[in-house]
Amino acid sequence: MSSNSLVSISDITRDEILGLLERARYFEENPNSKILDGRVVATLFFEPSTRTRLSFETAVNRLGGRIIGFSDANSTSTSKGETLKDTIKMVANYVDLIVMRHHLEGAARYATEVTDVPIINAGDGANQHPSQTMLDLYSIYKTQGKLSDLTITMVGDLKYGRTVHSLLMALQYFNPTFNFIASKELQMPEEYKQFCREKGIKFTETTDFSEDVINRSDIIYMTRVQRERFTDIMEYERVKNLYTLHNSMLDNSKPTLKILHPLPRVNEIDRDVDDNPKAYYFEQARNGLFARQAIITRALGIDPLAK
Amino acid sequence: MPNNKKELAVAALRNGTVIDRIPSPVLFQAVRLLGIEKLDRHVTIGNNLESAKLGTKGIIKVADTEFPESVLNRIALIAPTAVVNTIRDFEVVGKRRVELPDTITGIVKCGNPKCITNNEPMQTKFEVVGRDPIEIRCHYCNHTVAGKDAQIL
Ligand SMILES: [Zn+2]
Repeated sequence: MSSNSLVSISDITRDEILGLLERARYFEENPNSKILDGRVVATLFFEPSTRTRLSFETAVNRLGGRIIGFSDANSTSTSKGETLKDTIKMVANYVDLIVMRHHLEGAARYATEVTDVPIINAGDGANQHPSQTMLDLYSIYKTQGKLSDLTITMVGDLKYGRTVHSLLMALQYFNPTFNFIASKELQMPEEYKQFCREKGIKFTETTDFSEDVINRSDIIYMTRVQRERFTDIMEYERVKNLYTLHNSMLDNSKPTLKILHPLPRVNEIDRDVDDNPKAYYFEQARNGLFARQAIITRALGIDPLAK
Repeated sequence: MPNNKKELAVAALRNGTVIDRIPSPVLFQAVRLLGIEKLDRHVTIGNNLESAKLGTKGIIKVADTEFPESVLNRIALIAPTAVVNTIRDFEVVGKRRVELPDTITGIVKCGNPKCITNNEPMQTKFEVVGRDPIEIRCHYCNHTVAGKDAQIL
C-alpha cells in the first residue's frame, strides 16, 4: 500500500487539501512542463468515462509523462474473468502510478491493498471520486479567493449525488454554511446532516429554491435530478422544473456568486444562464486538469514547488 | 451473577472453556464462527435454556481448549452478551465478556451488491463506527449497517 494513494477525499487532511490547491494553482500558471519525464502512468477504466479519462490523460501528457491503459473493460482480460487483484498486480509491474475507474464500489481501496504502486481513484461506482471534489474545491478557492466562511447552496439530487456528499465532507475544515435545497425524495441523507451537527457546521434545509437563499449564497452547486432516482414518477414530473436555475433568479445575487455544476447537465440550468459571468461550470471542468496534475504529482512524490 | 457451578457441571468439565449467555437464536452461528465444528475435543452445546436476563440462552462447552481472545471476539457482534469462562481443574479461573473489536474481518457480508467484496474473492472488512447501538461500515464501499441487521457469512 502506498500512502500517496488518493481513494477518498476523507483520507487527506486539511493541510493536504490546501497543499493540493497550491499545486493546482501552480499548474494553472505552468500547465506544461517535463516533471513527469520518464514516468509511466496507467489509466485503467474498467468502466468507461471519456470525460474523466481525457482529463487525467491530458494532465499526464502536459507534464511529459507516458500513458498506458484501457478505456473499457471489454478490451481486457477482466472480460475473461481475471480478478481485479490479478489485473492490478500485472499492471503494477510496468508503471509508477495507476489511475483507475471501476463500477464496483470499494475497488480502488482494494487495489491499494494489493500493490505498493500508488492508486488514484477516478470513481468507484456511487462511492468516491476525489479528483472531482478537488476540482470543485479549487474552483471555489479560485473564484472566492478563499475556502473559509462561505455560504454554499446545494441544489437538486442531494440524496444520491456523491459529488455533494464529498464536497460537504471536504469543506468541514473551512467553517461553511450550507443550504440544502431538494425535493422530499432527494434530500440530504440524515448521516450527513448528523455529521454537520456533530462538527458544528451550520445548515438550512428547504424544498423551496427561493431567491432569498440564492441572494445569500457565495456558491450555488447545482446537480442533476434524474428520473430514475424517483420511486414515484408523478413526483418526478411535479418537481423536475422546481429545481431549474434561470437567469432571472440571479438578479439580486451577490456580485461574487458563482454557479457550479459537475456536468453533464440536462435541464437543471437553463441555457440563458450560460452567458452570465456568474456561470462557472465550463471553467470548472477546465480546473479539473490542474487539480488532477496536483493529485498526480503528489501521488508520485514530486513537488513542483520545491524547485 | 449466580454461581453457575451446578449448571456448568452438566458435562463435568475438568479443563476447557464454557461460553455462556449466548442469545438462543444465534447459538449455532456462534458455533460456526468459533470453528467448533472442526474440533475433536468433547463439545457440549445447549440451547433454549432458561436465562433471567435473556429469556432463553445458549451455552457451549468445549473440553481441553482455550480460545485466543481474537477468536472469541468473533462472536461479539451477534452475541454481545456472551460470557467466557475458562475452566482449569474444575474451577472457573477466568470470566470475561466478549469484546467487539474496532475492525471485523471476514465475518460479515456487505449488504451492497455493488461492493467489491461481493464480486472479488477476498475477505470483507468492517469498521465499528457506533457501539450503542452497534453500527458497522464497510471498509471498502462505506455501506453502513446496524449490528443487529448485519449478515453473517
Ligand atoms: Zn461493502
